This record gives sequence, C-alpha cells and structure tokens, in this order.
Amino acid sequence: MAGKPKLHYFNARGRMESIRWLLAAAGVEFEEIFIETPEDWNKLRNDGYLLFQQVPMVEMDGMKIVQTRAILNYIAAKYNLYGKDVKERALIDMYTEGMADLNEMFIVLPLCPPDQKDAKIALIKERTTDRYLPVFEKVLKSHGQDYLVGNTLSRADIHLVELLYYVEEIDPSLLANFPLVKALKTRISNLPAMKKFLQPGSQRKPPIDEKSLEQARKIFGMK
Amino acid sequence: MAAKPKLHYPNGRGRMESVRWVLAAAGVEFDEEFLETKEQLQKLQDGNHLLFQQVPMVEIDGMKLVQTRSILHYVAEKHHLFGKDLKERTLIDMYVEGTLDLLELIIMHPFLKPDDQQKEVVNMAQKAIIRYFPVFEKVLRDHGQRFLVGNQLSLADIILLQTILALEEKIPNILSAFPHLQVNKTLKEPDAELDLRTTGS
Repeated sequence: MAGKPKLHYFNARGRMESIRWLLAAAGVEFEEIFIETPEDWNKLRNDGYLLFQQVPMVEMDGMKIVQTRAILNYIAAKYNLYGKDVKERALIDMYTEGMADLNEMFIVLPLCPPDQKDAKIALIKERTTDRYLPVFEKVLKSHGQDYLVGNTLSRADIHLVELLYYVEEIDPSLLANFPLVKALKTRISNLPAMKKFLQPGSQRKPPIDEKSLEQARKIFGMK
Repeated sequence: MAAKPKLHYPNGRGRMESVRWVLAAAGVEFDEEFLETKEQLQKLQDGNHLLFQQVPMVEIDGMKLVQTRSILHYVAEKHHLFGKDLKERTLIDMYVEGTLDLLELIIMHPFLKPDDQQKEVVNMAQKAIIRYFPVFEKVLRDHGQRFLVGNQLSLADIILLQTILALEEKIPNILSAFPHLQVNKTLKEPDAELDLRTTGS
C-alpha cells in the first residue's frame, strides 16, 4: 500500500494551503515536512528533489510533484473531484482559475509593504463583491443544485469554501449579499472530512504572524 | 460541422498567444475578433460574455471559455496533446506550469517602464538558463526521445517552443548550451501539419 503523501513547505499557508484543503476534503491523510532553517532549504534543493528549485512539492504515488496547479490537478483527478467529462472539467477549470486569481491576492498580502496594505485590502474587497462572488452566486442560482458543477462535490466547491473563510477573516459582511454562496459554505463545512479539518488541532494553518514571516524571509533569502 | 473557434482579444500576443499556438499545432483553424476600443470590451462585459469580465475568451463548442489555462487544457485534451494517462498529464502539467512562469516574464515585459526593461531581459535570460532550460534538457537527454512526454507532441512541447522563440527574439543565442532543446525545437518547426511560423504577430 502506498505511503501517505508528504508535503514539503514551510509551516504556513502560502501556496500549500489549498493542497492541504483538497487532500483533507478527499479524506486523504498526509504528512508534512516543514522547512524550518536555511539548511533544510539547501538540502531539499541540493538533493535534487525540486524540479524548478521551488516549493510546494508533494511526494505521492512515486512522484515528486511541483507547481501548485499540477499538484491540485493530480489530486482532483485521482479522487474524482474533477468532473465526469471534459465539459465539466472546463467549467471547473474556469471557476477554479478565477478563484485562484482572488486567492493569489490573499497569498501575497502578508508580503505587501505596510503603506500599501490598506489599498490592497480595499481591492480584495472590491474584487470579492464585484467580480467573483456574483459569478458563483449566479451559477448556484441558475441550476439550484447543492454544488457548483455536475450536482456533485468537486474541487471547485472546496476551493471556493477555502476562499470564503479568508474573505470572512478580512470582513464577514462581504458575504451578506450572497445567500447561496453562504449556504454552500455551510453545507461543505458540515461534510465529515471538512468538519474534521476545520477543528482546532488539524493541519489547517492559521494566518501568518510576524515571527513566521521573518523566519520564512531568512530561510528563502526573502521569499 | 462545428464552427471555427472564435478568439476575443486585442491584436497582440499577450495571454492569447499560447492559445493560438496550441490551436495551430492541433491543426484547428480559428477566427479572431480583435478588441480595438474600450467600447468593444465594454460591450462584451455588458453582454455577459466574459465570466470574470476579462479576456482571453474563446468561443468553442458552444462554450465561452475564459482563463488561459482552462482554454489550453480544453484544447489540449480535445486534440490529444495532454498525454495518455494521469501520470503523463501530471508531467505535462508540471512542465507547462514551469514554462508559463517564464513566459509570464515575457508577457509582462512590454508593460514595464523603459528603464526596467533591459534589466528584465537579463533576469529572463538567467531564469531560462539556470532554472528552466536545464530541466528540459535533462528530460530529453535522459529518455532520448523527440518530445518531452510520452514520445509524442504535447502541450509541454508547444508552450516551450513558443517561449524559446520569444526569448530568442531578445537573446538570439539563448539555446547555445542546450543541444537537446535545439533538436526538440527543430523537430517542431514547420512540417506538414504544423505551420507554426504563420502564428504570432
């Protein structure tokens, strides 16, 4: 029997968090190997484990997969969270890519200079309520089903719910005008695998603090 | 018979160029509706033709596909350019994603301040030569096959070729240390099915 997937990253959300969410949603237990010192980082690169000298990297099924999207695509396909045919996959891809654009803004926010932070947060709020949430509210309204695509759980639902938790951390009122999206968040959060992941003590990571950010800067020579 | 795909984008490379390459490689004829004014973009947005109010958008098989990667995946899968199984697909994904990181520098280059542009060419060249090209050179050397994955043309080869040619426009000898990439590039240049030279603006 294959071992558990091994996630190589540092102990923070960053670009690995959506992978943790998707594995958790698929009910897959995983191990984490945290990069904590410059020595850890050098070893990983010198041992030839990282195709492009970057993390995230996930060891699974005999592969050392890098590039966030490649990792997510593999997990989604393996655990049947990627639609049943090429047209459903196209829809899932479109929704997922839009979500990734918004998620990117959250991921890089901690690295933003303090004097630009307010402007960046304002932009995130605007994009959330004007560009992205209206799309997903409309999708759910149009078919009246419990999931975004194909009347069954897919990665699109998981990525959206993850994103909604970040939106809530910034400003819970942003979800006020999107009742169907809110309901999806509740439904997905109540799935047994998700419920477990959302408990304290799980492998879900909190927002990064100043100390961890400094540590990351040291390890990567400024990530 | 299905209508030709219709590409909506300004008359320039940008994020649509990869899509043009893949369609051409697949032998698919396509139409282009160039966005030349703000009003045209507004019209597309107001008409709800753009899921996230953005281009690229490709009308294909009854869908209005947006998001570059979604479009590339759909075309690649439809035209057998995405490997024969999940493992090959994952390799192709990894190689494409790495190459797209490099291509992103090229796409953004025209929008940099003139003073920053020359510095960025140096940065692109370094990334290509130190991080990306050695990986693909090793892949080709290790399996000795003509194409990156599965001994047949895939999305990975096409996006890499696009990127190499774009870099050569700025740094003509950029492949000089990579003999296997030179061969891979030659094998993909004009042949009966792939009239890639006519692509691009």
